[in-house]
Amino acid sequence: MASTAGPEIERLIQLLARLPGLGPRSARRAALHLIKKREALMTPLAGALQVAIDRIQVCKVCSNIDTQNPCTICTDPRRDPSTIVVVADVADLWALERAHATTGKYHVLGATLSPLDGVGPQDLTIDALVSRAHDSEVSEIILALNATVDGQTTAHYITDLLQEANVKVTRLAHGVPVGGELDYLDEGTLSAAMRQRTLF
Amino acid sequence: MEWTDEGIILGVRRHGESSAIVELLTRSHGRHLGLVRGGAGSKMRPLLQPGNSVQAIWRARLDEQLGYYLMEGTLMRAATLLGSSHAVYGITHLASLARLLPERDPHEDIYETLERILDDFDDVGEAALHVIRFELAMLTELGFGLDLENCAATGVTSDLIYVSPKSGNAVSRTAGEPYRDRLMRLPSFLRESEDGQNSISDRDLQDGFDLTGRFLLRNVLEPRGQGHSDAREGFINAVTRHLARISSS
Repeated sequence: MASTAGPEIERLIQLLARLPGLGPRSARRAALHLIKKREALMTPLAGALQVAIDRIQVCKVCSNIDTQNPCTICTDPRRDPSTIVVVADVADLWALERAHATTGKYHVLGATLSPLDGVGPQDLTIDALVSRAHDSEVSEIILALNATVDGQTTAHYITDLLQEANVKVTRLAHGVPVGGELDYLDEGTLSAAMRQRTLF
Repeated sequence: MEWTDEGIILGVRRHGESSAIVELLTRSHGRHLGLVRGGAGSKMRPLLQPGNSVQAIWRARLDEQLGYYLMEGTLMRAATLLGSSHAVYGITHLASLARLLPERDPHEDIYETLERILDDFDDVGEAALHVIRFELAMLTELGFGLDLENCAATGVTSDLIYVSPKSGNAVSRTAGEPYRDRLMRLPSFLRESEDGQNSISDRDLQDGFDLTGRFLLRNVLEPRGQGHSDAREGFINAVTRHLARISSS
C-alpha cells in the first residue's frame, strides 16, 4: 500500500506500533494525536523520554529500575531491612507497591526459570539474592513469584540455594481470590485452596 | 484440517499480547504445537500449565500450518503439585524430555507413561522410579534403548546386576565380576524379576539416575549440543532430601 505520510511519520507510527497494547491502527491514531498536540503533548513526551533514557538505571542492590542507584526503595530508611520480597519482574514490584502489601525491601530476578524460553539460573539475579540473604540483617525472604510451574520451579530452586543462609523462606498463599466465587474458579485453584486451608 | 485428541501440556509460550503457543503431547498426534487465542489471559492461564491434561481440538487450513487449538481442561494437576519441589522440578524435567521427540509423530506409549507418572506424582519414591522408567522409555523411543533383559556376554536372563557403559546391555554377576569397577550397577527395580518390589534404596535410585543420565547425555543430548536440564538435578536433589528426611524420622 502506498504511504500516505512522510517517512518520518511512518517511522513514528512503526515505533509506536511496537508498544504493548498498540497495533498498527491504534499506533496511527496515537501518532496523529501526538502530531495534533505537538506543543501540549509531543514535546513534553519527547523530553520525558530523553530524561528517562539519560537517567533510568538498574539498581545495583535489588535490580529495580529507578533514576537513582541504589533505588528509592533500597535507600528508604522506613523500609524493613530484615525482609526481602523476591519478585520476577519490576511490574510485580509495582503491583505490590500499589497494594501497600509489604514494607520490606525487594529483589527483582528479571524473569523466571523457563527451559522453553531458554532462561536458566545464570540469566537471573539469583547470585545477588543469595549474597543478600547471607546479610545478618536479613531474617525473611518472601518468594512473591507467579503461581505457575515456571514461577514455582524458580521458587523451589531459590529455596534450595538459601538452605545455608540463616533466613526464613516463605511464599505467597495460593487460593481463592477476593471476590472469587467458587462456582467460577478453575478446579486447580480450588484443589490448591482446599489443600492449603487455614484454621478459622 | 481438524482433529480432536487428548493431550498433556508440555509448555506455553506467550504470543503477542493475548495469545499463547501451546505445546501438547497428544495421544494420537504426538508432540504438537498450536495457537490458543486468549491463551495469555487470566481465564486460560490456570489451564495452560505444564502437566495439565486437556481435550483439544486442532484446526488449520493446511496440515503443515501451526493451526489453532480449542481446549478444555480434563485434569488440572499443576495447581496441586506446585507446592512440592520434586513435582515442579519433575514436570519441568519430563516436559524437557518429551520435547526431544520429533513433532507430530505419534508416541502413544510415551503419552501413556507420562500420564501415569503425572497421576502418581504425589508419592515421591514412586515418582522417582517413574521418572527413571520414563527416561529409559525415551531412550527406547529415540532409538537408543538399553537391553536390560539378557546378559551381553553369556545371554543368561538371571542375576543381571551390571550394565555395560559402552553398549548399554545388562551383564550378569558372573560375567561382570572381573570388570566390576568399569561396569555400571543395574538397580534392582529395573530387573525384570524384581519388578514391583516396595522398598527402594537411595543407592538404587542414584544408580538408576546415573544409568539413564549417562546414556541420555551420550546418545541424545550431547549430539544436540545440550546437557541435562537443571530441573533433572533439582528433581534428584528433592527426592534424595525427601528420602533422607523419611529415613531419619
